[in-house]
Amino acid sequence: MLSRRNLLAATAAVALSASAATAQQPVEIQFWHAMGGALNEWVDELAKGYNDSQTKYKVVAVNKGNYTEVMTGAIAAYRANRAPHIIQVFEVGTATMMAAKGAVKPVYEVMEQAGIGWDPKVYLPAVAGYYTTTDGRMLSMPLNSSSPIFYYNKDAFKKAGLDPAVAPKTWVEVRDAAKKLQASGMPCGLSTAWPSWVLIENFGAMHNLPMGTLENGFGGLGTEFQFNSPAHVTHMERIAEMQKAKEFDYGGRRGDSQVKFTNAECGMYIQSSAGLSSILKTAKFDVGFGMMPYWPDLTKGPNGGPQNSILGGATLWVLGGKSADEYKGVAGFFAHISKPEVQAASHQRTGYLPITMAAYELTQKQGFYEKNPGFEIANKQMTLNPPTPNSKGIRFGNLVQIRDIIEEEMEAVFAGKKQAKAALDSAVQRGNALLRQFERDNK
Amino acid sequence: MRVRVGYSNKVLPYILVAPQVIITLVFFIWPASQALYQSVQRQDPFGLRTRFVGLDNFAAILEDPGYLNSLYVTAIFSISVAALALGLALLLAVSADRVIRGATAYKTLLIWPYAVAPAVAGVLWMFLFNPTIGSVAFALKALGYDWNHLLDGNQAMLLVVLAATWKQISYNFIFFLAGLQAIPKSLIEAAAIDGAGRNRRFWTIILPLLSPTAFFLLVVNVVYAFFDTFGIIHSVTSGGPARATEILVYKVYYDAFEALDLGGSAAQSVILMAIVISLTVVQFRYVERRVHY
Repeated sequence: MLSRRNLLAATAAVALSASAATAQQPVEIQFWHAMGGALNEWVDELAKGYNDSQTKYKVVAVNKGNYTEVMTGAIAAYRANRAPHIIQVFEVGTATMMAAKGAVKPVYEVMEQAGIGWDPKVYLPAVAGYYTTTDGRMLSMPLNSSSPIFYYNKDAFKKAGLDPAVAPKTWVEVRDAAKKLQASGMPCGLSTAWPSWVLIENFGAMHNLPMGTLENGFGGLGTEFQFNSPAHVTHMERIAEMQKAKEFDYGGRRGDSQVKFTNAECGMYIQSSAGLSSILKTAKFDVGFGMMPYWPDLTKGPNGGPQNSILGGATLWVLGGKSADEYKGVAGFFAHISKPEVQAASHQRTGYLPITMAAYELTQKQGFYEKNPGFEIANKQMTLNPPTPNSKGIRFGNLVQIRDIIEEEMEAVFAGKKQAKAALDSAVQRGNALLRQFERDNK
Repeated sequence: MRVRVGYSNKVLPYILVAPQVIITLVFFIWPASQALYQSVQRQDPFGLRTRFVGLDNFAAILEDPGYLNSLYVTAIFSISVAALALGLALLLAVSADRVIRGATAYKTLLIWPYAVAPAVAGVLWMFLFNPTIGSVAFALKALGYDWNHLLDGNQAMLLVVLAATWKQISYNFIFFLAGLQAIPKSLIEAAAIDGAGRNRRFWTIILPLLSPTAFFLLVVNVVYAFFDTFGIIHSVTSGGPARATEILVYKVYYDAFEALDLGGSAAQSVILMAIVISLTVVQFRYVERRVHY
């Protein structure tokens, strides 16, 4: 609380000195992001909120396309000496950004040098931990983090004679529900968005199985993939079996499959918690929520249950080579979006995770979760158990390509062209080649 | 007496060719040499560390099954698109040439798709065939055919070939139609009087006289299939599923801009450049011999 009051005092002082300097132009802070549609408005309002709170700095938020476009755009701009101050980078780009020492200014440095009484402990460990070095230094500022959750069509459940109040907890129950849904006339039982993120990365975390050595890559660049273990293969074989009967139906990469759920073609769906608002808006039926299912016979989680899930989404990275004054403006903006009331409003508006404990508690106090039960699932699921080395996150270089390789091999399995084991072996082997390349390039 | 034809001014000719030379330098020689330079080094995305690696990038590409797959995919795709676009356009042009009433309206409609940007054409076809919401996919499903190009590589290939062909037919159509109209009517009438039927007239008179146009279009279509179809692939399949539609130019884009592997991507574009140059040389040396001007 004290730090907040200090901050207010500081901004007030800044405002005074600025007005004394007779209508001095504000220092512009360029912020490139990838938020489209309703989320674009949200980011614009974050910037506006900060700009209205003081007069010295002006954050200019610009949408530069999708995540890859923002990243490549910023890289090209950096190489041409026209880099923005802040860029939004998706979690798979984390290793690339971390390796770009010199091009990037770590967030802890920006915040400490600004001298605004920054406390890194206010951030939720489950969220900030993903973007923190092993010695506890925060490298980028979480903006939008999410975790996949389970959605189901309550109306369809009713029609199929299933209890609409209870979400299936295990894959066995999911399969059972899928069969009943199909018997009631639905063409497909379940689909998923972000196939690699859900079926490999989060499968590993939820079942406490390593995706790679050296703590899933947190321990160093020498990491090697392990997601072709017998448990992974069994998991993939079973999903492939479900695909044959359309109990599971593959619907493409990213969120391409969402229409399958909202058009009531599939009765169950696994998608990011960030899909909440758009699913609620487009679905013409009652939507139920639950945690991602697990296999009771495969999990290494506590008491034979699930471990915890990991996040996705994006964080804000600060690029190097700017003046100390500009960095102060960046720090002020980060402090602004971390404020409990700003953060809680963001969380309730978008379905992204709250990034600070205070925002989470504030939302609870406001009684928001009682009215909107879907918004708490992701948080509960991520904090289900204290994270293990297998479930605190993943950090692999060249992850953009590796994800594509995993998804491409999965597509071959679901199309019936490859056996699960052969596909996972090949994905591991090809993925390892990219890990070695990243290791060589970043020595 | 020999007349020397030339400029008396020694500088003027250089000034006159300068714009062409400058354009070639800026838009071809300079980027191509940059690609060559990049292809022998490895660099991190931000350009902070650069290493000379000789031909390592090329060796890595040629060992990569993904690259060999991409070569194969490109061959299937380009041959299908060029053959379909040329064949169908010729058929349409021959038909349009015979139409008497409403010919202008008919021709205008046929030319329209050419005005559509590749990415837009791609999105159009993507929506028609989307397995969940597409009207064509819906009709196919009603007929009992399971259409899902998100999972079935052959269907995805068929879809991008269709979209790319549809887009190119108009262009070919205009040229074929112009070619047909340039053939003197008297030749065809003479053949008809000699008793040649419609088919025979087409194969022995019209087609040989159309061959310069056809040859020009062959070169243009191959280049189109290799490069200009990027927007269609990007918007319809993004090279998927399981790389079933990842043509060479898409892989170059993907490796550079999504995977941020600049060296590998530059090496690929150097190889791609070599492929297209040699294809064009082959076309001019061997195919052109059979062309009657």
